[in-house]
Amino acid sequence: MSDVPGDLRYSKSHEWVRVNDDGTVTTGITDHAQGLLGDLVFVELPEVDHEVEAEEACAVVESVKAASDVYAPIAGTVVEVNEELNDAPEAVNQDPYGAGWLMRLQPSSVEDVERLMSPDEYQEYIESE
Amino acid sequence: MLIFEHSRPGRRAGVQAPAAEASADDLPAGLLREDRPALPEVSEMQAVRHYTRLSQKNFSIDTHFYPLGSCTMKYNPRACNTLAMLPGILARHPLAPASEGQGALACLYELQEMLKEVTGMKAVSLTPAAGAQGEFAGVAMIRAYHDARNDDARDEILVPDAAHGTNPATATMCGYKVREIPTLDNGDVDVDALREAVGEHTAGIMLTNPSTLGVFERRIKEIADIVHQAGGLLYYDGANLNAILGKVRPGDMGFDVIHMNLHKTFSTPHGGGGPGAGPVGVSERLEPFMPVPIVDYDGDEYVWLTEKERPQSIGRLSAFMGNAGVLFRAYVYARLLGREGMHRVAEFATLNANYLMKRLQQAGFDLAFPDRRATHEFIVTLKRQMKELNVSAMDVAKRLLDYGYHAPTTYFPLLVPECLLIEPTETESREELDGFVEAMTRILEEAAGDAGLLHEAPHTLPVRRLDEVRAARELDLRWKAG
Repeated sequence: MSDVPGDLRYSKSHEWVRVNDDGTVTTGITDHAQGLLGDLVFVELPEVDHEVEAEEACAVVESVKAASDVYAPIAGTVVEVNEELNDAPEAVNQDPYGAGWLMRLQPSSVEDVERLMSPDEYQEYIESE
Repeated sequence: MLIFEHSRPGRRAGVQAPAAEASADDLPAGLLREDRPALPEVSEMQAVRHYTRLSQKNFSIDTHFYPLGSCTMKYNPRACNTLAMLPGILARHPLAPASEGQGALACLYELQEMLKEVTGMKAVSLTPAAGAQGEFAGVAMIRAYHDARNDDARDEILVPDAAHGTNPATATMCGYKVREIPTLDNGDVDVDALREAVGEHTAGIMLTNPSTLGVFERRIKEIADIVHQAGGLLYYDGANLNAILGKVRPGDMGFDVIHMNLHKTFSTPHGGGGPGAGPVGVSERLEPFMPVPIVDYDGDEYVWLTEKERPQSIGRLSAFMGNAGVLFRAYVYARLLGREGMHRVAEFATLNANYLMKRLQQAGFDLAFPDRRATHEFIVTLKRQMKELNVSAMDVAKRLLDYGYHAPTTYFPLLVPECLLIEPTETESREELDGFVEAMTRILEEAAGDAGLLHEAPHTLPVRRLDEVRAARELDLRWKAG
């Protein structure tokens, strides 16, 4: 059973979003997504200051099975990326909501987060998939 | 065991060794090596046994059923290779004047003509050296066409999400942005989404038909009309040409440019990174842009067409004629089959795939598209087995090796979870297909009884389950002594 924390929001393409106290949002891929991909061997992250549109492919996660795009769950500007993943992509598998975070965004509009799925909706979504 | 591990100082095959040391006195002293190279020192028989044993460990189309979907691993008739090695072909110097090689040029010209007929295109250039280069040539021609018309706003290539990964890569290499078009649940391209996506930015669309999902794109005419009306061109990826060879023609479907993989569809072994050939066929409007050289017949003799005759050409993609050996094999293959034979290739490839698909369904496997007829390949999904038995597509693939079958393609296309993409090809007998079904049936029984057996497979090969994750994370390709 995949872990779906109750304090996050979720996209259909299996990214999670956490709103931080400073108004930025942290994002990564869900436990369900890392489970489907299998052990990651490489993570490619965007440049800091890169502006992303919602649903724009902005990172790549690669496992021995497949390379998959990661989409920006909301529009914004990249303010920080998780450099640790360059050497330790397995953090995404081991701790997808913690040490395996991918990037931090300054959202164009923080209300966009509300349009993403709630934990219950996402749980239902992955069960129906 | 590596041949270096057989090595003992001073041991050698005297009869095979050169009688005298080669002279190197014409090389500058600073470039000469000081130590002898670290070559294995073995007897002739040790070398023979070592390499014979290695060859016996191969899984190859010559030894095993090889149903690798999307790759068409079919039998390459020996005659094609033998005839392509005739001295008149093999010994011809590429810089020899055309008048000295009329026979070889005639073969290439006829190959162009046969490929035109089998694809329904207006003209063919044989020179791209492999599939990826054929793709590149195709999209480069689309670019050259728009550029020649000063139609500069077209900066997008549409690619269905089921496409081969090479398609978006090619579009990017040619300087285009890639826009993905979704696929419907029944395997067809989402035509409504396509309609919304096309416009003045559309340079073209890259399509494989039959698609990577193993089904025929039924609304292809409508798709062609939508893209053409928006001013874009249609590119056909020839990866799956084996399914329709001569039966349905990309030119008739409305495609403007196509690449063909002569290695794989036309009798050259492939998959080892060896030489390939990716000829391109074009509609009338792209003809001026074709890569050169091309062979032409002026009514009297065969001549080369180069940049001089084709000033708008995208240019040369390789030295001389690309991988000429592959072209000659393809020529012999096409001549051996003839028109009816080509049709039979497509018919038997499709028949074999549909037979295998139905039998695996009866054996309890789930199909990704149970309501669709297979083309030359089809997809089994082990999503249910993964959930219920914790048995993955990779486990089944590895276990198949124990039964003496090369595994089908795993985890591709990406759209279908836990999938096996199975392509039996036209050259397999019914008995061979039945044997595969029997192995798959037994694996399914094992999955229900003892999933551990599958998790640890293969059990009978020289190497057991490899740690692919560690291999990718800690890449180490060098053998070290001791």
